[in-house]
Amino acid sequence: MAKRTVIPFGPQHPVLPEPVHLDLVVEDETVVEAIPSIGFIHRGLEKLVEKRDYSQMVYVIERICGICSFGHGWGAAAAVEGAMGVKIPERAEYLRTILHELSRLHSHLLWLGLLADAFGFESLFNHCWRVRETVLDILEKTTGGRVIFSICKVGGLNKDIDNETLKEIVETLEGIKEEIKELTDVFIEDDSVKNRMVGVGVLSKEDAEELCAVGPVARGSGVVQDMRLTNNHGVYGELDFEPVIETAGDCYARCKVRIGEVFQSIELIAKAVAKIPEGPVSVPVKGNVEGEYMLRLEQPRGEAFYYAKGANSKFLQRMRVRTPTNMNIPALVKTLQGCDLADVPILILTIDPCISCTER
Amino acid sequence: MSYIAKSPWVIHYDGSSCNGCDIEVLACLTPMYDVERFGIINTGNPKHADVFLVTGSVNEQNKEVVKQIYEQMPEPKVVVAVGICACSGGVFKQCYNILGGVDTVIPVDVYVPGCAARPEAIIDGVVKGLAVLQEKRDNMVKGIDAPAEEPEAAAEEEKTEEGGEN
Ligand code: SF4
Repeated sequence: MAKRTVIPFGPQHPVLPEPVHLDLVVEDETVVEAIPSIGFIHRGLEKLVEKRDYSQMVYVIERICGICSFGHGWGAAAAVEGAMGVKIPERAEYLRTILHELSRLHSHLLWLGLLADAFGFESLFNHCWRVRETVLDILEKTTGGRVIFSICKVGGLNKDIDNETLKEIVETLEGIKEEIKELTDVFIEDDSVKNRMVGVGVLSKEDAEELCAVGPVARGSGVVQDMRLTNNHGVYGELDFEPVIETAGDCYARCKVRIGEVFQSIELIAKAVAKIPEGPVSVPVKGNVEGEYMLRLEQPRGEAFYYAKGANSKFLQRMRVRTPTNMNIPALVKTLQGCDLADVPILILTIDPCISCTER
Repeated sequence: MSYIAKSPWVIHYDGSSCNGCDIEVLACLTPMYDVERFGIINTGNPKHADVFLVTGSVNEQNKEVVKQIYEQMPEPKVVVAVGICACSGGVFKQCYNILGGVDTVIPVDVYVPGCAARPEAIIDGVVKGLAVLQEKRDNMVKGIDAPAEEPEAAAEEEKTEEGGEN
């Protein structure tokens, strides 16, 4: 038996903008075990419910993560609305759906860039992020922020987006579709890219189900699971779409799922804009929170879970969030066993880890 | 505006930020803002870096990491705290696992406010940092020790403490 060595990976590592620490037990060049250790970003923000009332809490929860911030704000607001029995106007639901898909678009483009960076394709990384700036411009124009929006509130949205702007958004997105296609073709067709991804880190369908993988990781292994289909948030039920499924379960499949979703998001936004009704975007909310509510929402990285419980006070008793990366870590540890040391960064990236979500 | 003879290299570490500021730091490096045209390169190795960009506040788990990275950087060096979390703790200030801004463990030279800090603001912060870097370098050449500021004194204490532990 070859000699075993332990190689520490992280917390400060060039490949990840975020700190995650893994102890990689290697035999020659093969990883036999990966032991994650966490807690570098733990803030303990769920406990802030004792100090912030429910409407302020939406902004705190939004800051769990700067990449899927809109979804978190939405989840928190919707959980409180559910507990209070507030029904938000139709237009607000549509706008939330549109903004959520825009965040998915920016999140996936960001991820494609990071993936390119992980296998050393610098120019592709830069191009992905250049295209992403167009989406950020849209978000900045409509919400006022580039990554943290603070537009969701309990009862609806803080501001309306007029129909004129919505049409412009659709046109802009149509305009960059061609550019995105050029970039994603590189991921799908380029041999050097394929060499790094095809057949690497295979997660079988059984494992994905058993380890409770979520989002693109599960969908890349052939599990049909998309919380948007459950139709408990937004207006996805009226937009008529099919989840993007790949069956190979390797890094390439996970990449293809996300690429599929980039175009799907553009389509969903166009469909939502075509159907959006007129009307107000928020209802006044008064009083205390009584009761509890649970909600599952599809974030760019997979299923996120929000729970709010109030005991007839302005302050919630409990606000619980479970994020997608948390559920994908067991799958990651599984795929890391037996992989090459050189593939570790790519494997970590293909679950699209968001450590600040996981640790909160 | 500062003029500096050498290309400043930056290292970025995510304290306990929400990612918002981190992706803005990365956005500075990409074609839209492109700080590379000024010779600024993001390096993963603290021993190559002149400017330390920290996002997010410090907590129990990562304070040692932040200190270690800071100590591994060669003199002269500049620390830029990016985002309100890194400046003071921000929205998370009252969380139980937040010790406060980055300046609780290492001396900070430039504070960039904002939640999230905009790329323009981050670039401005780095440029301000370069002036400080130049000043520190001049002082080193002249053999003057940098004026002892309070945060630096604090760092000295921490250092000796840590030395004691090992
Ligand atoms: S300042 Fe705001 S955007 Fe930046 S890390 Fe803190 S919460 Fe996130």
